[in-house]
Amino acid sequence: MSKVRVLVGTRKGGFIVTSDGKRQNWDISGPHFGGWEIYHIKGSPVDPNRLYASQSSSWFGQVIERSNDGGKSWEAVGNEFKYEGLPGTHQWYDGTPHPWEFKRVWHLEPSLDDPDKVFAGVEDAALFQTVDGGKTWQEIPGLRQHHSGTKWAPGAGGMCLHTILLDPHDPGRMYIAISAAGAFRSDDFGKTWRPINQGLRSEYIPDPTAEVGHCVHRIAMHPSHPNVLFMQKHWDVMRSDNAGDSWQEVSGNLPTDFGFPIEVHSHEPETIYVVPIKSDSEHYPPDGKLRVFRSRKGGMEWEALTNGLPQRDCYVNVLRNAMAVDSLDACGVYFGTTGGQVYASADAGDNWVSIVQNLPPVLSVEVQTLP
Amino acid sequence: MIRVFLPAHLRSLAKIEGEVTLEVRHPVTQRSLMDALEARFPVLRGTIRDHVSQKRRPFLRFFASQEDLSHEGLDTLLPDTVVSGQEAFLIIGSVAGG
Repeated sequence: MSKVRVLVGTRKGGFIVTSDGKRQNWDISGPHFGGWEIYHIKGSPVDPNRLYASQSSSWFGQVIERSNDGGKSWEAVGNEFKYEGLPGTHQWYDGTPHPWEFKRVWHLEPSLDDPDKVFAGVEDAALFQTVDGGKTWQEIPGLRQHHSGTKWAPGAGGMCLHTILLDPHDPGRMYIAISAAGAFRSDDFGKTWRPINQGLRSEYIPDPTAEVGHCVHRIAMHPSHPNVLFMQKHWDVMRSDNAGDSWQEVSGNLPTDFGFPIEVHSHEPETIYVVPIKSDSEHYPPDGKLRVFRSRKGGMEWEALTNGLPQRDCYVNVLRNAMAVDSLDACGVYFGTTGGQVYASADAGDNWVSIVQNLPPVLSVEVQTLP
Repeated sequence: MIRVFLPAHLRSLAKIEGEVTLEVRHPVTQRSLMDALEARFPVLRGTIRDHVSQKRRPFLRFFASQEDLSHEGLDTLLPDTVVSGQEAFLIIGSVAGG
């Protein structure tokens, strides 16, 4: 019978939650790296027992951990993330030039065909890769050296490269997203990049339709339809049907179009999930009701999924890396909250249960479906 | 032998308990001490001082013999009490409240 392994990163450590394919009974291990911020844990698609974790601390900086046994044991690997050449400057909050400074790794994206190759999205925004299992990291400099780089600016959470999507049909194509620069695409293995923000409208920047400067919170893609992208922006849910060349708003009937994560059903490329959040700055669910919204039509028409989720007095947030799906049938959907709960649905969102209740604030959730 | 006391999280990372004792080449300075510490425990590289600039990370301080050595130069000689092993070189993390 298949198994599910949920990889949870929190403000104070990592946790691994496992179940069989029924997804009814859950075991938890952890905290791994207790006391450290675990921004992301992700497994290799070609070797599911090869895991990578981003471990960081305001005191001690960045550590990258690697496991070869599905998280039972870990080994610290390389942690030097050195920008290529002279780092240059981006914009600071007040609009003045500010030198690029490495702060932490937000996202680890293992290669689709090599367990030793991993991409890392970091703050201040840049893309790195390792080809030796994390021992050494090299910047892919074409992104940060894009001519718009001097105009990028941090969002409130820092200037982070938080999303990396790899096109399974075209090994040279990849997408990334940066808060608050926008989305970018490379068609040549990362050598060159182009902003893909046409159609985005952000009233909080001087030119609402600028080439860069948009606070993209998350982008998602179904592997069978890699030209179709979905985006949760700092207000507005968007979709693109042409690999990001242009975007249309699909917020439709959502109670608020602000939020952080967006995810795609593992078997239905037009079924997508978001968690609407109230903003400015409140960053909790509207009306104290924690609701996942699902669209089965790729946006515009949304239904609230509430069974098993708190529908009163709930004021948690769901962060951008904290939602994932498994590939079982029916599709499992998972998300973690800043209140330390991890919720799971074994029926594509119709019903939810809390599989863990009292963790530190959840930063990231990834799911592995194991044979 | 030089004695070094590390914060708890770095002891966990380096899989050590208690103080570290190190052979450090002379002259004994912050730089030579850190070089020796990182050579013995490569996992600590980047966690106490920056990989490139070699500056102390901002939330850490260095003390010995009840003196704050945090702002001494990297190549300033450490106190005789540290060099002789009489006192430990303390690497202390700032305190965080809740």
